[in-house]
Amino acid sequence: MALRALFTKRAPTLACGVASAGGIGTGWQGLCHARGLKVAALPDLEYDYGALEPAISGEIMRLHHQKHHKAYVSNYNDALEKLDAAMANGDVPAVVRLQSAIKFNGGGHINHTIFWKNLKPVKEGGGEPPHATLGWAIDTDFGSLEALVQKMNAEGAALQGSGWVWLALDKERKKLLVETTANQDPLVTKGANLVPLLGIDVWEHAYYLQYKNVKPDYLKNIWSVINWKYASEVYDSEIA
Amino acid sequence: MQHQTLACCGGVRASLPPPLSFRWSKIKREGGRRLPRCARIAAQLELKPPPYSLSSLEPHMSRETLECHWGRHHRAHVASLNNLIAGTDLDGMGLDEIVVASYNKGNPLPPFVHAAQVWNHDFFWQSVKPGGGGRPSGRLMELIERDFGSFDRMLEEFQRAALTQFGSGWVWLVYKANRLDVGNAVNPCPSEKDNKLVVLKSPNAVNPIIWDYSPLLAIDVWEHAYYLDYENRRADYVSIFLEKLVSWEVVNHRLDVAMERAAERAREDETRRQEDDAEMTCSEAEEMYLDTDTDDSEAE
Repeated sequence: MALRALFTKRAPTLACGVASAGGIGTGWQGLCHARGLKVAALPDLEYDYGALEPAISGEIMRLHHQKHHKAYVSNYNDALEKLDAAMANGDVPAVVRLQSAIKFNGGGHINHTIFWKNLKPVKEGGGEPPHATLGWAIDTDFGSLEALVQKMNAEGAALQGSGWVWLALDKERKKLLVETTANQDPLVTKGANLVPLLGIDVWEHAYYLQYKNVKPDYLKNIWSVINWKYASEVYDSEIA
Repeated sequence: MQHQTLACCGGVRASLPPPLSFRWSKIKREGGRRLPRCARIAAQLELKPPPYSLSSLEPHMSRETLECHWGRHHRAHVASLNNLIAGTDLDGMGLDEIVVASYNKGNPLPPFVHAAQVWNHDFFWQSVKPGGGGRPSGRLMELIERDFGSFDRMLEEFQRAALTQFGSGWVWLVYKANRLDVGNAVNPCPSEKDNKLVVLKSPNAVNPIIWDYSPLLAIDVWEHAYYLDYENRRADYVSIFLEKLVSWEVVNHRLDVAMERAAERAREDETRRQEDDAEMTCSEAEEMYLDTDTDDSEAE
């Protein structure tokens, strides 16, 4: 990802390597700095914090959005400003030193922005299985939806430490696959051609207050609020 | 049992003897496979409770946290480790050895995460106590002031490490015996000054005994360690840990053990060096006589 891309006025979606079609929608309208520096902004959720219960508690959703995601946004913006200054000053050690904070916090912002869209209250269609193109692709590449769910749950449960489990589309090969990333690494760190359709946060903060160390129960229950409609839209726009 | 004692103390760095009680049982036959007649005795590592009740660290660390953290997470690692090492070469080794062996020079084997997490959590529970906190004294404080400038600066560095350990992991205060490690290189003027205290952080289950450092203090910064009590406020958890929970007596004791061990190693190295030098001198002297062809008696 070219550093220069962070500092143009292009939409941050392109700079971050996330699929731009299919609409990441709200949240990418950053504030503009005097020097044209686009900073990140915390996106709103499209549902109430309590609307995903009982799969994910309102308390978790509130903390997850208002504390964790917000912290990624503000730390990313801090690091970005410092990076801008360091580059202007030609301070190479500072530029290098800031990379890990940018990767971590920027990645956290990318990943969580996708995550909120991956979730939907049951009464708004959360959990309804995918049909048509994505549904067929899942059957082709995994055998069945159940097999896909089982694979994602197994990979998510086996992940040591903090990270994410993804349903990814390899847009070059036009194939679906399951991937994991560590910490807040975005999916693109596993392959430039990979587009995230669904991501499940398996950091402990995503489930601990409700599920304690029983991560498998969290993984089992989250499928009831997964927004397959969003995943289908992203898939269709990439495949077209 | 002598073997048990060796296994308990083998490879211990600067810590109290690993808090394991070994229960010995014969290896079971697995799936009809006959075991060699000289079968090793299987050691079942046990989950040892912290040296205080689960509610006695309140309000700084709740009973609920201890019940989950020790009672579920730590317990699960012990069980997984026992399962994975049963009947393998790691079975029967001391925990330190299992950690280092399964780390496999950076290409960790499946038992590593569990072995290291058992080690780390044992160490962590012993690092704190009810009514902990305060300030260290004696040699520990002297070294802190020497190596960090002041106690407060050491605390700052520790906190900074804890807040910049992205993801899961641990933060450590360690005693580093700064031995050269390059083939046959020898520190020509080894002195106590080479050995120092450092703060470092490690991801996930990694711990500094794999780098041959002597851990003195650890804080768990996996989210499960603080989420029930502090939610996302890792900074508050770390501050309270340092102000109210750390057992500086234990840290002090670990430092004594580490320094003694470093001194002993230095003595062993010196002895070995002297022996090597002596051998060299002897063989050079022999060669001096053997190489000479000249027969002095023929000289005019």
